[in-house]
Amino acid sequence: MTISGNIAIAGVFEHPTRWAPDKTEFQIMAESARGALADAGLTIKDVDGLFAASMTMGAMGTVELAEYLNLKPNYVDGTNIGGSSFVAHVNHAAAAIHAGLCEVALILYGSTSASTATAIGTGGYGGGGRNPSEAWTGPYGMTTVGSYALVAQLHMNKYGTKPEQLAEIAVTMRAHAALNPNAKMRQLITVDDVMESRVISEPLHLLDCCIISDGGGAVVVTSAARARDLPKKPVLLLGCGEALAHQEIGSPDLFTLAAKQSSTRAFSMAGVSRDDIDFAMIYDSFTITVLATLENLGFCALGEGGAFVSDGRIRLGGALPVNPDGGGLSNNHPGMRGIFLVIEAVKQLRGECGDRQVTGAKLALAHGTGGTIGVAHSGATIILGSE
Amino acid sequence: MSDMEYPLVYASWETRAYWEGCGRGEIVLQRCRSCQTVQHKPRAICATCLSSEIDHFVASGRATIYTFTVTHQNQALPFRDHCPYVMAYVTLEEGPRLFTNIVGAEPSTVRIGMAVVADFAPQVRTDGEVFAVPRFRPE
Repeated sequence: MTISGNIAIAGVFEHPTRWAPDKTEFQIMAESARGALADAGLTIKDVDGLFAASMTMGAMGTVELAEYLNLKPNYVDGTNIGGSSFVAHVNHAAAAIHAGLCEVALILYGSTSASTATAIGTGGYGGGGRNPSEAWTGPYGMTTVGSYALVAQLHMNKYGTKPEQLAEIAVTMRAHAALNPNAKMRQLITVDDVMESRVISEPLHLLDCCIISDGGGAVVVTSAARARDLPKKPVLLLGCGEALAHQEIGSPDLFTLAAKQSSTRAFSMAGVSRDDIDFAMIYDSFTITVLATLENLGFCALGEGGAFVSDGRIRLGGALPVNPDGGGLSNNHPGMRGIFLVIEAVKQLRGECGDRQVTGAKLALAHGTGGTIGVAHSGATIILGSE
Repeated sequence: MSDMEYPLVYASWETRAYWEGCGRGEIVLQRCRSCQTVQHKPRAICATCLSSEIDHFVASGRATIYTFTVTHQNQALPFRDHCPYVMAYVTLEEGPRLFTNIVGAEPSTVRIGMAVVADFAPQVRTDGEVFAVPRFRPE
């Protein structure tokens, strides 16, 4: 028996907060757990696997979280590979459940990035890192935005990608967010608005960058067999994969993302093709992240991302709607966004998304990126299907 | 940015040959004695064949810009006071790419493919060691 089709996501919850100065990370996680377990028709007593990561959890973070929730799980995984962690947690939970090491896995994220004024994109590396790995970027003023901008600049130079094409991605995410009552930024914007917003790190403008919000979420994973006895229609894990990309031995190819390796494995496991996918949840830390990820996921060829995102193809109603919730560019981005990719994919596949519902959504791909694609990053892909 | 006081980098036994080379105004790279692979960043083992027999050699210091970005916003000191500045990957003649700043050029004139040479900024130390941060400037 394979993992594909035999593991299900039984419950999800996206915390509605975008600004929570009165809450802690663990509180947001716990409130999200309450929501996702209720969604699954389970209780906290059913949970025997705990998966979590956050912007601030350290080596003992999952132990501290377990105490906060008074949980004594049989299986624990605190993998933190950046914003993709929670997509990877789905993979890991599936493996653990499939191997019989736990039955009900709870995946949690919570963050107060906005209310604690965390400068995620433009505050980095000041003073020079004291860790050995930071000696190679720290002295040069690397920022998160700057790292992605390096890829955008190269893409424009090599393939003639236009800033207006990147801007179209931001405009699309905002249009989707306008349909999402919980989204932080709902006022429609135009390509000109993006182009005229101030430059942060050339060629990326302010509106090419994700927002910073507070927030969190939870996902409950169990066996498909157990999920079938629960109230909501199970969403099945059909394929998964994860990968890392870095500077190798001084030979980074900034066009080859981890997404290429992780999605190849996920598609192979799921036994479906790119054309079968009804919509995609793609980590949109920046507009270039979406464009480069679409290429590496194989939805278009390398260099064709600019054309691919034009003409409404990634909008609701287009051939491949991307991030119908409004993504990190407009809905929410509390530092590590991967969990929301999973949550929205599941809600869409259940048909619970109201005005932003992808019509007839049966098969979804979610891809998380962690770290920064110009320096080193992780990627995790899942392919989900409704029964 | 040319006159910027760079943060002191972390150097270890694994990386000191590189940073000491910078102190002499040289880019020092590693080559595996066993499989001949050139690698950067420096490490105590060959990441291709896992041999511990690592040689160091002085690179030419000549490179071309692989990609770059002109950064207009960084809240962290000292960079906050030096915006806009240019960050880049340069491809050394010997193969490896390294991350650096481009100095000695108006940011608006920097281009992908531009020929550049290493330019070293000494770092202030109080223990008599000489360290410097390698940036690159147009040839």
